[in-house]
Formats: sequence, C-alpha cells, structure tokens
Amino acid sequence: MTDHKVPPILKPIRDVGIVGYGAYIPRYRLPASEVARIWKAGSGGLLIEEKAVSGLDEDVITMSIEAARNALARAEIDPSEIRAVWVGSESHPYAVKPTSTVVAEAIGATPHTQAADWEFACKAGTEAIQAAIGFVGSEMARFALAIGMDTAQARPGDPLEYTAGAGGAAFLLGPAEISLATIESSYSFATDTPDFFRRANEKYPEHGERFTGEPSYFKHITSAAQALMQAIEASPSDYQHVVFHQPNTKFPQRVGRALGFKPEQIETGLLVPLIGNTYAGSALVGLTAVLDVAEPGDRILLVSYGSGAGSDAISLRATELLPERHNLAPQTQDYIARRTEIDYATYARFRGKLTMK
Amino acid sequence: MEASRHWRLKQERYTLMGEICPHCEEKIFPPRDICPACGENARNLYKYSGRGEVYSFTTVYQAPAGYEENAPYTIALVRLEEGPMLTAQLTDLGDETVEIGMPVEMVTRKLRSDGERGMLVYGYKFRPQLARTISA
Ligand SMILES: [Zn+2]
Repeated sequence: MTDHKVPPILKPIRDVGIVGYGAYIPRYRLPASEVARIWKAGSGGLLIEEKAVSGLDEDVITMSIEAARNALARAEIDPSEIRAVWVGSESHPYAVKPTSTVVAEAIGATPHTQAADWEFACKAGTEAIQAAIGFVGSEMARFALAIGMDTAQARPGDPLEYTAGAGGAAFLLGPAEISLATIESSYSFATDTPDFFRRANEKYPEHGERFTGEPSYFKHITSAAQALMQAIEASPSDYQHVVFHQPNTKFPQRVGRALGFKPEQIETGLLVPLIGNTYAGSALVGLTAVLDVAEPGDRILLVSYGSGAGSDAISLRATELLPERHNLAPQTQDYIARRTEIDYATYARFRGKLTMK
Repeated sequence: MEASRHWRLKQERYTLMGEICPHCEEKIFPPRDICPACGENARNLYKYSGRGEVYSFTTVYQAPAGYEENAPYTIALVRLEEGPMLTAQLTDLGDETVEIGMPVEMVTRKLRSDGERGMLVYGYKFRPQLARTISA
C-alpha cells in the first residue's frame, strides 16, 4: 500500500466548473409532530420540524426533470451539447430501466448522450458530479449533467420516518471559463461499513444501530473534508459556506463544529429542518441554496455521505458569472416557501402505503 | 414508426413540442403537420414556453382505468401564452382553488401506471405558477 503523505486528490486535466444548477422540492410537508402523534412518541426532541413529501404523480424521474430544466435555464446552453445525463438516487422508479434516459429525453439531450443511473445510498449524486468532472475534465465531453434526487422511503413507525424526505438538485458541469462556480478539487473516501442497507426487492431499508454515527457519518465526512483541505492547503476559515450531508439537524452541526467551522458557515445550506433528509439530494440541494446567495470569490466546501460507506468532498469557488444567473430559474427558497401541510393519512396515501387492491 | 416521428411524439408529450407554420406563422399544438389556418404543410418544430392560463376546468371523481389512484383530480382547458389551447390535468394544487384565468405552467409528471408491473407513462400537466421572490 502506498503511503500518501499528501492525500491523493482527484483533479482533471482541464479546469471544470458548474455552468448551471437547479433545485427541486415538492410542495407537500409532513410535520415531525404529526408523525409523533401517530406513534404516540411525544414531540420533545424531534430531529427536524417537517419534511417534504412528493405528490401522487411525482417520482425521481419527474423531480429530476424539473431540477434539470432549472439547471439548463441557468446555463443557457443547447441541451443537445450534453454528453452525459447521470442520475444518482436510492429511489429510481424502475428496478430495471434507467431514470436517466427519460430525463435526457425530456430535456432534449437525446440521442447523442451517455445516460446512466448511479447508486451509493446518499452520495450517489456527488459521485455523479465527480464522474462528470472527469468526463468534462478529460475533454471527452463539453457538458455533463449530474443529478442527486430521492423520494426517501421509511418503514412506518421507524425513526427514519420523521426525516425521510423528497427533493434534490441538478448540476451541469462544463468548462471552467463559462462556469458560475469552478471546481477547485475533489477527494473521495470509502470503506466497507454496514451502517444502513436495503436488500433487493425489500421496500424499506435496515439500519445497523451499532454502525450509525461515529464509525460511519462522522468518520467518513471528517476524513474526506480534512484530506481535501490538507491537500489543497485550505482551512475552514477560507470558506464562506460549507454543506454536509444532512440526515438530521444535529449531525451536520456537530461534524461542522468538530472540523472547525462556525454555525454561520453551515446555516445557508442547512435545509434539513424544513425539508427533511432528501438522501442523494441532501447535500446537493443544500449547495443550491448556497449558490443562490453566494458572491463572486466565495469558496464553498461540499461533503456528502453515503452509507456503506463513503464521502465525497468537493471544493468550489463562485465566479463573476454567478450573480447574473441567480434568477434565471426559481431559487431553492421559493420551493421551500411553496408549502402545503398534510396529515399522516394523506402522507400514507401519497407514499403508496395504502393498499388499493 | 419512423424514429424521428417517435421522437417527436415524446417531445410533444414531455416538453410541449409543437409546430409553427412556415407560411402564416400559426402556432400549432398538438403537432399535425398541416396548418389549420392556411392548409399548407407545417412541420417546423416549435417549443412552447409552458406558460398559460386556465380557460375552463372540471373535476373528475370517476376516473377511467389507469387513473383511479389520482381521483379526484382537475382537468383544465389551458390556453398557452402563444395561443393554442389544450386539455391537461392540473397538479400541485395543494389547497388552492382553481379559477378561470389562473396562471399555470407546464410540468412533466407521471400520467398513469399500468398496475404494479406495467410501464410508467410520463407527460405534461399544469400547476399554479410557482411564486418567486425575485422574478427573472
Ligand atoms: Zn399556415
């Protein structure tokens, strides 16, 4: 095994950036207090306020299409120039048949494009971004679209039911010179850790209590963030914003503090209290909320986490082109403000937990 | 079916791809290759903005096979801002009441699923225009 004195970061030959970004969050909200009411759990110490729930006619395909359209509206490019459409999710509508081909068709990227679905629990979206960086950075493609989107499932009564939400974001990667934020560098850290899993044909995931938290979320995020910052000689104070995977409100706050970030650096991208844990969309939709307000020169650190387990850390810097593209598509806070509260019975219907026949 | 025709049908359903008449500039949806205004050939593609308003609407309680899961739902005649009128389901209404003249925008949604084992069919619906704090 090679002893790496400087962590081996992932850096392409050509500089790459985000040319367009777009969020999507569905309209409906299930308050955590409503879940507590059903299971007689009491409402003290709830992990979030409420979570976003997708409607009856929504799934990862339709939500990805809207996020992708928002990303294209900001990028203002011809979609036929896209050479990859990659969707990372834990809730692809089909077991076999790609989400990505429908999305590619709907945005006008077909037929001259790579299309694939990615999986790695909650970090499937950031790994699609890293692959897109490679695709563009090697000059195999001028543009590649990476999406992280989920309609997260949880067993009724499971602690995850309070937080498993719906939403995500799309990022169009392209040449740095026309980007609204450039990718400074990225790094990936992965180990075999059985903290959370779902076997094929099972509807709901299992989580191994013994592996949740310390050996999984905290270890992987800390390792990835520290390695990347060490390699590019950055420190927490160099960043205006940091966004972590957010399974609940406390975990990202705690890991941020442990790494040396201040609450105000975490605040803008911390959406979990109002939309829940959107799994593969979680860190990415947080990044869109940051890009909505970031100013040229701002540095942003993004660190995802996927069970099983791994973290991708990406360091970004906003460019002069960002402000003029802020309003070319709906802002993430617009989707958060569009809110209709539902009760548990409506939630059960929307999420297909009622058997009709 | 020739591949380009197949592609155009998908574009029509997923993205409101219609036609514009090269002779009289009539905008056509759904695409029918012959201009209804001047009778000439009209095959030039035209992509609609997706914005429009509710012209008329009704609520469906007894849904046809394949659509039962969504009932009750609202069907509207939507007049696109470019002119053509089409019929589509309204979605994401939340607790908003539908009104004639209500501004709506196109979204691509699941139209129907043929049971647990069948194919999922996607196409256009319309929703109330998303309120934006800062408009473009
Ligand atoms: Zn004509």
